[in-house]
Amino acid sequence: MLSLTPKEISDRNALTVNPAKTCQPIGAMYAALGIHRCLPHSHGSQGCCAYHRSHLTRHYKEPVMASTSSFTEGAAVFGGMSNLRQAITNIFHIYDPDVIAVHTTCLSETIGDDLSTIILKARDEGLVPEGKWVIHCNTPSYAGSHVTGFSNMTTGMVKYFAQENERHREQINLIPGYVEPSDMREIKRLLAEMELPSVVFPDTSDVLDAPQQGAPVSVGKAADIYPKGGTRIRDLQSMGDSRVTLALGPFASENAAIELENRTEIPARIMDLPIGIAATDRFIQVLLETAEVLEPPASIADDRGRMVDIMLDMQQYFYDRKVAIYGDPDQVISLTEFAVSLGMKPIYVLTGTPGKRFDARIKGILKDVVPGARIKSSGDLFLLHQWIKNEPVDLLIGNTYGKYIARAEDIPFVRFGFPILDRVGHSYFPTVGYRGGMRLLEKMLDALLDRKDRDDPEERFELVL
Amino acid sequence: MSCDRESLAGAVSQRACVFCGSRVVLYPIADALHLVHGPVGCAVYTWDIRGALSSGTELHRLSFSTDLQEKDVIFGGEEKLAGALHELIDRYHPRAAFVYSTCIVGIIGDDLDAICKRVSREKGIPVIPVKSEGFKGGKRDGYMAACAALSRLVGTGDTSGIGPFSLNIMGDFNLAGEIWIIREYFEKMGIQVVANITGDGRVDDIRRAHGAALNVVQCSGSTLYLAQSMEKEFGIPYLRVSYLGIEDMTESLYAVAGFFGDPHMMERTRKLVRDELAVLYPQLQKYRQALRGKKAAIYVGGAFKAFSLVKTFRLLDMEVVMVGSQTGRKEDYLELKEITSDGTVIVDDSNPLELASFLRGKKVDVFVGGVKERPIAYKLGIPFCDHNHERKEALEGFIGMLNFTREIYSSVMSPVWQFVPGRKR
Repeated sequence: MLSLTPKEISDRNALTVNPAKTCQPIGAMYAALGIHRCLPHSHGSQGCCAYHRSHLTRHYKEPVMASTSSFTEGAAVFGGMSNLRQAITNIFHIYDPDVIAVHTTCLSETIGDDLSTIILKARDEGLVPEGKWVIHCNTPSYAGSHVTGFSNMTTGMVKYFAQENERHREQINLIPGYVEPSDMREIKRLLAEMELPSVVFPDTSDVLDAPQQGAPVSVGKAADIYPKGGTRIRDLQSMGDSRVTLALGPFASENAAIELENRTEIPARIMDLPIGIAATDRFIQVLLETAEVLEPPASIADDRGRMVDIMLDMQQYFYDRKVAIYGDPDQVISLTEFAVSLGMKPIYVLTGTPGKRFDARIKGILKDVVPGARIKSSGDLFLLHQWIKNEPVDLLIGNTYGKYIARAEDIPFVRFGFPILDRVGHSYFPTVGYRGGMRLLEKMLDALLDRKDRDDPEERFELVL
Repeated sequence: MSCDRESLAGAVSQRACVFCGSRVVLYPIADALHLVHGPVGCAVYTWDIRGALSSGTELHRLSFSTDLQEKDVIFGGEEKLAGALHELIDRYHPRAAFVYSTCIVGIIGDDLDAICKRVSREKGIPVIPVKSEGFKGGKRDGYMAACAALSRLVGTGDTSGIGPFSLNIMGDFNLAGEIWIIREYFEKMGIQVVANITGDGRVDDIRRAHGAALNVVQCSGSTLYLAQSMEKEFGIPYLRVSYLGIEDMTESLYAVAGFFGDPHMMERTRKLVRDELAVLYPQLQKYRQALRGKKAAIYVGGAFKAFSLVKTFRLLDMEVVMVGSQTGRKEDYLELKEITSDGTVIVDDSNPLELASFLRGKKVDVFVGGVKERPIAYKLGIPFCDHNHERKEALEGFIGMLNFTREIYSSVMSPVWQFVPGRKR
């Protein structure tokens, strides 16, 4: 298959080859898993649910529970209302979640099921037990990408849970974006270090990186399918009383923060994902302002110092190296900035998710250092491969699918983003914050130096680098 | 017991859809173009996940999607599809093209037949619509859609040069190169293999598959319909076979030799089995001793695979305490009951809760399943063996029996399990 990408680039309007994105519902499913005792529900054919569960399972190596409306031809013709009503009844009876988080699929979107009305009616008729929730969001697969789906479900959480209780709290809201459970854990650690009480949502830590603790005694009971992690409902309900909402990554988190601002006048601060040195500095600065302190705690300052130390120790190996970066827009924006701050040259930057803002942001980051860089949103890996065939890079950074290109073109490769189907670690070790930055540095350096050790002629092969 | 019915709305079902079924069957045809007409997700989730190997071209491993957008849903995606087909056929010169319809295409009503017919005429290759709208049923309906698509190829090629001792290998997907093992057995028996349907498949072979004297059908679900229609249309009989485990592998080879009724072939087959077993048996013994009495649980896609696994575990002196499938039929489950001992739990389309409770309740030593079962087993601290499409080890044939045994052994014996709380051994 590796020989099947031609070097010549021609216009393609009607076709995606080797996609760099996937569809909305899987992002909604992932976000929903970040609520404690929540069962994501896919309103459509069985296949969607099976595929999303399999894909998330492959990425996180964890059980992923989600139910389906099991559409058949009848539902496609007459609408999915009776399926959803039956599903709500069955799910509460069998799986006993606190929340059912429903997302649509291209099928239920197109036949026009009105989920708000169906859910309201189900609640009125007593299908939803006291104290339990059914929330929803719309995730047509033919618009946006999995990042859009994540954003939509996170916004759905605001729409359903945010209440103004007139109880002014010291806490802040933090939306961590479409990142790994380990990143959400690291962000919570930073907030704790800063002594900032907070509601972090969604929060998949301890859901999709749950520790191995053996089978509980009551195995097989509904209680056991819900891991200990996830944002609690009472916390979600209190988000309307917070001082401020910090949203990390505009593509994944901005809509929810703005929705909350519109409902409750809680100011939304949208910033980049804190990946790399500069974006993390900005994030910590916002935390300092929010906490109304001048200096970060020593632990955070020391982490930063260690990260900079690594950058200095090995800067010569990064300098002027050409790199190609692809993946989800929020990650790619911060990572591109990080690469630039290491002296690297990101000559190709691509995301599959549509959005002109992406192009503008990357252009801004690269305008002085790599003015001729090729930048594309709504791109695919076939195009990226063609670019690389025309001018190779020293390092490729992106999700698992990049391994085809890395092998074909013999390029060092760092796995980063979603999905990673062939390695472990990504869901356990953060890439956000200074600690995450150190891990990224290690991975990138290892890739470059392993390659150097492999390629160097005998006389240049040295013990000390 | 009930089975073979639709899952309830609200189930955490392990089942998939029509598209999934047709895609996994047809995708291993390596020199065909496979274009998914729909939103991007359907193409992404089936992109190179199955590990179906090819001995040559690998066009099947790329992911092509029309990536339908909102405006296509409103105005229709027909011209987009035609444009994509033109472009891809010009670039790759495939021997045929399969166009998969997805849920959304069924709803917006794109006329796939008309587009495929038109492009086929313009480009001079078969362009075949695969009617696989997800909501029209389960995986098994997808197998039928795939077989219907294949039927349009079979019978269109030149059958000259095909001898009387000839067959098509059906229902094998060449995971980890398994079809190459099986082909070699048949060739050693003196049989000409006309077409692989569908692992390591080639369009031109499939077009002349109707020249073969016999179809051997593995994976009862996926290609049985094609075998049945070839019997009806071309008078080609079929045999249902399984290449998993010594018992079923041997029986299958003898059944094929028996079909041709040639004493020399039967003698060659006996020798083949003898030679293979002479190598295999001594190697199996040490694993067998270690595994004796251990308890196994099986949850796989098709019932036919479950039969073979039950026999395989019996050969290893292991006890099967649970067995189930996602798509079995009533007669399959009756047969499972027949070949297992009393007290064995038999399940259909089980949900993860039930699975977890059986696994724990039966104190299982090893669990055989697929991608979604692996983390369930691991979370319970139970050794696991993938017998679906994510394995990298050939499990078919005599060598496959050894590989399987080794894998079960290494999983059960791995020292890591002792660190799982509550599972000290």
